[in-house]
Amino acid sequence: MKLNELTAHEIVKGINEKRIKPADVYSTLREAIKTFDPKVHAYAHTDDAAIAFDENHIGKIPVPIAIKDNICIKDYLTTCASHILQGFRPPYDATVIKRLRDAGLIFLGHANMDEFAFGSSTESSYLGATRNPWNLECVPGGSSGGSAAAVAANEAIWALGSDTGGSIRQPASFCGVVGLKPTYGRVSRYGLIAFASSLDQIGPITKDVEDCALLLNLIAGHDEMDSTSADVPVPDFTKSLAQNVKGLKIAIPKEYFIEGIDPEVKKNIFDAIELLKSKGASFKEISMPHTEYAVATYYILATAEASSNLARFDGVQYGLRAEPKQPRRTPIIDLYEETRHQGFGAEAKRRIMLGTYSLSSGYYDAYYLKAQKVRTLIKKDFDEAFKSFDAVITPTAPTTAFKLGEKTSDPLSMYLSDIYTISVNLAGVPAISIPCGFAKNNLPIGLQIIGKPFDEEMIFRIAHTYEQATDWHKKRVSL
Amino acid sequence: MITEKDVQYIAHLSRIHLTDDETEKLTTTLEDILGYINKLNKLDVSAVKPTSHVLPLQNVFRQDIPRPSLKQADAIKTAPESYKGSFKVPQVIE
Repeated sequence: MKLNELTAHEIVKGINEKRIKPADVYSTLREAIKTFDPKVHAYAHTDDAAIAFDENHIGKIPVPIAIKDNICIKDYLTTCASHILQGFRPPYDATVIKRLRDAGLIFLGHANMDEFAFGSSTESSYLGATRNPWNLECVPGGSSGGSAAAVAANEAIWALGSDTGGSIRQPASFCGVVGLKPTYGRVSRYGLIAFASSLDQIGPITKDVEDCALLLNLIAGHDEMDSTSADVPVPDFTKSLAQNVKGLKIAIPKEYFIEGIDPEVKKNIFDAIELLKSKGASFKEISMPHTEYAVATYYILATAEASSNLARFDGVQYGLRAEPKQPRRTPIIDLYEETRHQGFGAEAKRRIMLGTYSLSSGYYDAYYLKAQKVRTLIKKDFDEAFKSFDAVITPTAPTTAFKLGEKTSDPLSMYLSDIYTISVNLAGVPAISIPCGFAKNNLPIGLQIIGKPFDEEMIFRIAHTYEQATDWHKKRVSL
Repeated sequence: MITEKDVQYIAHLSRIHLTDDETEKLTTTLEDILGYINKLNKLDVSAVKPTSHVLPLQNVFRQDIPRPSLKQADAIKTAPESYKGSFKVPQVIE
């Protein structure tokens, strides 16, 4: 196997045994980006001298990583794949970046994404769409589509993404890699350009479960710079990998297997369930009755929070400033309105408008408050399930990756591609997507394992047991 | 029912200028999306408490001790236009 096709734990082992040189890994990755990225377009920004290679790696993890374009790297172009943040170089590092620097990781660049993480296909990027490495005519999923595609295309060993309604797990599923959304509060959001602050989490996208646990070890933990980061102990997540699933009780919510699911996806999920049964886990069908309301609830709450968070992009503090073409109101309001007119793409405008509407006088109770109440019911469905079960298993997405352009003209059908991932963010619980096979069209299928709050260890235990009994995670794309 | 006038009003609240074409398209898509969202009306939530946040956190404070923060020059560096260490905007007060 080529160096860029290895996992991080294989590289670390190789470096420790002096078989692998960090500099060779890095140059192989740079070469892979040069060769494959014109086809895949996984990266938003990669050619920058600010990212220099440091030869001093004793006791460190010098494994190159791709970072989603909404996580601030000091002095490095960080644009949320939006025109409105053109040229923005943050004056500080996000907490996760600081932690990765301390651990010795090397940044390959910023991965492409849907503009401001608004999307499920990475087609709304101002910098152009990313393509699925398994089939270049298909989308990689989104919004962390660049991160997932970079890992799948062997243009990065691992990556960080962010997940507000499925933006790590759905692209991981579409690209045949592992993606984890940690418990809300597990990872600091300081320096993550906010989309929906009560839902956003940063998480790992990797080639296998062991790398996922290793990367979570590096980024998890309390941070006083993020008042919503939880002050709870962080275990060594790699220790969960040695445990089996004997005696575990896992729930299968029937609402995730109704209309709209691709029969091949369903079959692969049930094959995975059979495998876990043979390893000693027991399964039972349950009902999570508020599942059908998740997408509607999410699109009120997430857009309301986004409309508020994106108010800061006004042509004054950073990025684009557009001069008004003609006077309409006052000079300052004209500046705001023209900058935001030119700077935001169609989906960003749509979401800011929807969020502003649901927060506006006369509609607040009917939309925003109502959605917050339904959120309580959705969370209760999970609380109930976790009273009797150790984990919940579902598909990550109802289908495999769809074609570019297939859903761009119909926002609602795009929103519904996140139907299995959204509830997890509303409830704040952790969930992983791992590869569980390929459909006849040779596109990967993802299995979602959902755990109790702050019990990522259980997720790793189940995910690793399944992974070690299969070899989906060893498949590599040839481009 | 969302009208183009509603869309223009929300656009102004959002401080986004829209072209006539954008206004027309958004009127249709917002109508579709709100139509879908109205499925929440099937649920009676009169006795349910709202969830704004999943963590049981309240009033997270840190010690009130001075410490270094971002320097003015660094904070202003990213501004499209600045003047003597401040963000520059068009004249607001006559």
